[in-house]
Amino acid sequence: MLLIHCPYCEDDRSELEFRWAGEAHIARPEAISEISDEEFAEYFFLRNNEKGLTYERWRHIHGCGRFFNAARDTVSDRFLMTYKAGLPKQPVPVADKMAATAEEKTVETWEATEGDAR
Amino acid sequence: MADLALNMATRTLPLSGVHGGSSVARLEPASPAARLSLRARSEDVAALSTALGIALPVKPKTSASSHGRTALWLGPDEWLVIDEGQGGLLQAANDCAAPHSATDVSHRNTAILVSGPGAAMAINSGCPLDLSLKAFPVGACSRTLFGKIEVVLLRTAEDAFRVEVWRSFSDYAFGLLSEGARDAAL
Repeated sequence: MLLIHCPYCEDDRSELEFRWAGEAHIARPEAISEISDEEFAEYFFLRNNEKGLTYERWRHIHGCGRFFNAARDTVSDRFLMTYKAGLPKQPVPVADKMAATAEEKTVETWEATEGDAR
Repeated sequence: MADLALNMATRTLPLSGVHGGSSVARLEPASPAARLSLRARSEDVAALSTALGIALPVKPKTSASSHGRTALWLGPDEWLVIDEGQGGLLQAANDCAAPHSATDVSHRNTAILVSGPGAAMAINSGCPLDLSLKAFPVGACSRTLFGKIEVVLLRTAEDAFRVEVWRSFSDYAFGLLSEGARDAAL
């Protein structure tokens, strides 16, 4: 079971208490009625779905109920850091990043054995 | 005239008549209490604390008690206030001029009191929260999960907890706690 640090409860809590809430740092266009359909689709429907380091919104739904942001490695499933909603994108500490990529090498994926799927 | 007294409705508590527990963890339904789900911004906390006669805690995972009232921190802007004393909780919130949202949830929740040396172990049978005295001291509280349901835990003494559950889930909670209490005694 993963332990996720909630920046509002200031505590490491079980993953059962959390819900994923999509990609973080997607800014709503200022003049949304004036943008083209393509721009709206880009903002509303299209997500990066990155492999590796991603910034996501999570919600401590069975705890304090708050949304917050998390930097997570989608390969190793490791949470690199969490920070309060509303803050700008935070840089991931280098030591954590190194640890995550070191771990990534040991994770066996289809891509590792069959070639890069990207 | 029919005897009206015979037709009077009587209030049945959600956990009336239940019994459970083991030699190390005692389970009992708590007596009815008034409860308030309170939400307010941080700048209005002082005014509300004065109105309710209890200092609303602003530190995560903490609670405050005075005059039979207990305020539990649930989130940065959310509290559960339990009144087992004189009542008048909703009125006190109504009389406060500071903007806030107060909902009477007295009948939505019921509580189970778990006590004894195996109390923490009984709760941990369905809840992964660290209940050691270091991480969850007396007076600590938290909304968390117990089995499949959401509960609010409050540590009232070193070996006693109050488990606040929604009334429709209280049978499930009591059943699972009974199992946990039996396991704790093994």
